[in-house]
Amino acid sequence: MGELRLMKGNEVIAEAAIRCGCDAYFGYPITPQSEVMETLMNREPWDETGMVVLQAESEVASINMVYGAAGTGKKVLTSSSSPGISLMAEGISYIAGAELPCVIVNVQRGGPGLGTIQPSQADYFQSTKGGGHGDYRLIVLAPSSVQEMNDFVDLAFKLAFKYRNPAMILADGAIGQMMEKVELSDFVPRKTDTEIETEYGNWATTGKKANRSKNVITSLELDSVLMEQNNLRFQAKYRQMEEEEVRYEMIQCDDAEYILVAFGSSARICQKSVDIARAKGLKVGLIRPITLFPFPTKPIAELAERVKGFMTVEMNAGQMIEDVRLAVGCSGNSKPVIYFGRMGGIIPSPGEVVEALEQKLIGG
Amino acid sequence: MELKDIIKEENLVYSKPKLLNDNTMHYCPGCSHGVVHKLLAEVIEELGIQEKTIGVSPVGCSVFAYNYIDIDWHEAAHGRAPAVATGISRVNPQKVVFTYQGDGDLASIGTAEIMHAANRGENIVVIFINNAIYGMTGGQMAPTTLLGQVTATTPCGRDLDRNGYPLKITELIGQLPGTSYVSRQSVHTPAASRRCRKALKKAFENAMAKKGTSFVEVVSTCSSGWRLTPIEANKWMEDNMFPFYPIGDIKDGEKAGPEAYFQQNLKTQLA
Amino acid sequence: MTEEIIIAGFGGQGVLSMGKILAYSGVMQGKEVTWFPSYGPEMRGGTANVTVILSDDRISSPILHEFDTAIILNQQSLDKFENEVKPGGTLLYDPNGIVHPPTRTDINIYKIDGTKIAAEMGNVKTFNMVVLGAYLKVRPVVAMESIRKGLEKSLPERHHKLIPMNLQAIEAGQQQLEAVLEV
Repeated sequence: MGELRLMKGNEVIAEAAIRCGCDAYFGYPITPQSEVMETLMNREPWDETGMVVLQAESEVASINMVYGAAGTGKKVLTSSSSPGISLMAEGISYIAGAELPCVIVNVQRGGPGLGTIQPSQADYFQSTKGGGHGDYRLIVLAPSSVQEMNDFVDLAFKLAFKYRNPAMILADGAIGQMMEKVELSDFVPRKTDTEIETEYGNWATTGKKANRSKNVITSLELDSVLMEQNNLRFQAKYRQMEEEEVRYEMIQCDDAEYILVAFGSSARICQKSVDIARAKGLKVGLIRPITLFPFPTKPIAELAERVKGFMTVEMNAGQMIEDVRLAVGCSGNSKPVIYFGRMGGIIPSPGEVVEALEQKLIGG
Repeated sequence: MELKDIIKEENLVYSKPKLLNDNTMHYCPGCSHGVVHKLLAEVIEELGIQEKTIGVSPVGCSVFAYNYIDIDWHEAAHGRAPAVATGISRVNPQKVVFTYQGDGDLASIGTAEIMHAANRGENIVVIFINNAIYGMTGGQMAPTTLLGQVTATTPCGRDLDRNGYPLKITELIGQLPGTSYVSRQSVHTPAASRRCRKALKKAFENAMAKKGTSFVEVVSTCSSGWRLTPIEANKWMEDNMFPFYPIGDIKDGEKAGPEAYFQQNLKTQLA
Repeated sequence: MTEEIIIAGFGGQGVLSMGKILAYSGVMQGKEVTWFPSYGPEMRGGTANVTVILSDDRISSPILHEFDTAIILNQQSLDKFENEVKPGGTLLYDPNGIVHPPTRTDINIYKIDGTKIAAEMGNVKTFNMVVLGAYLKVRPVVAMESIRKGLEKSLPERHHKLIPMNLQAIEAGQQQLEAVLEV
């Protein structure tokens, strides 16, 4: 059993990064995630593991520092909140186009624009459909507890390196600011330069050795035939993710007639809603997508065979509902799929969810 | 005497640096990039740092710099090269990292990144090619375009009221305490190229010695963008660019120590 | 066992740290816990509140709109949260600055004059521990031994010398709790 602590989600991101052998963090303060860098600076990991922590001049600079450091085969992390992620969109597109691994944490707040500092899930489209320019996808993990904030740092790095693709941990202000009991991971040493040379020497900018040709990190290819081949390679990678990396949790779905679909904080709310509904004799279950890309299309399609309808619960205007509708559509069943949610930083209450379920889906 | 009698090792008076490969450069006739690339390759070779040098190429005409010099390269987004170089250098402090940027990249879209990288005193070399025009996109106004200079977006000449002043960014960089060496050079004559090579060498030696940011501007020609022949372009540069962007060292010393920036011990004061 | 608590008052009254010590004590006793704060500009002197849940089972929603117990330290918070206490639940408040006392008759209501007691003990900063003591008297959800461990974990080591004083404040709160209404 690892060390037990009571920690904020944001603090855990920092601690988990140090413990999983992360080489560097570059970031810029923004509410509600500033504790990530504050915790790192307080921990002074440069003395303990040699990890670099740098406060950049902007999110634009942060993500480009990540781009540079990731190009050398290092494990690199950044974090921000919604407006900052928009600023990073260009760099994320470059990183995806250059096929580099890195982990980006988005502790979402409400938008658009400067919006609010209160929690939101309104960056679902931005995170899962690209966000920057060009056909690319991020691996998107949606933690719904502080424990998962810990666990997903290491998982995100593993997936990022497996696919040489940026991975995003899509949290929100509630998960970031909340404290829960967390079992911390054990320390894993950072990779040595020799290990990096051995494992990633075929692509990383580790310095050109006499026995290999030069490595160039770039997303540029002006020959359209070659650029199309690059795109096809990316797409093949995304299809492989869809085959191998889908993660989700089902709660009380076995006998359920109605299914709530929710991720992150909303899924926590919905767990309570399921309890309330069951106490009223309603057969309600919850499916919680853990990977938002790749999306758990198949399990939702399978549920569509036997349930009466779905309601997505989102802290946005209804974004994930599009993917749920696609999944239900794929199954060939015309089951109703409706949305309930709140926006602007308001977190729906468990009771509100049950009320909406009764009025809009069961009674509707 | 026949030709084959002349082509002998002992008669060799010049060879290109080994690091400069045989790829045909895409640069226009008369462009300064080719010469600067050669000088850069010579300096890296002379210092014996090929295996630990990482170049960061920009967006602009030199976006393909990585095609010509046989070292590891990282192609940055427009203006972000100093941030990319910061990332590389911070996690690989034993490496020698340089950026190679044009005037649009460094002095327009990337001003924040270059200012802050130089102000942090990142141990990097910055090579800044200033030809007062956007070459790659077809000759539009650059931040360094001279007043009155005709470009695709200033067809009647750069106008002060509309376009503001030409930016002497190298002088600004020279004010930053994180820099140790800031110089402005050119490569339009063999003598100028030799001086430029010396400046580049000093910049790389500084980076190897962890002496903070070294910055070398090369005032350059863009005969295509300027709509001049290469010879006319050199003349135009001497007549118009040099008076405004004078050649020579702006700063040659050490990055500032903390002493000048601590008047009292603020850490204990706040605690 | 699941106990859902809201603690609410002014920023600076130690609302968040009281919640943290209670939550950490729960961890020390092997419970599942969540601590969910209001965050943002409030922390600079406006109202602050935190939801703490202690449970023997996996905790579902960390965000609630009805509570087993409300610990109330100012009038605004009383106005806001009195009606969010479950019927049969508990409301504990510090009467200092309260001009409209609670009016519900279907919940247990207790008073603790934490401000006065802390001042009498010579350290107004222990105010929140006096209130915590009063809460633990009504709802003994964690053992005192767990509270001591929780304090050790919550406070930075350089403040560990203050733990005995905090424990005294908790005891004082336990002793000086006043029942207003018990249903």
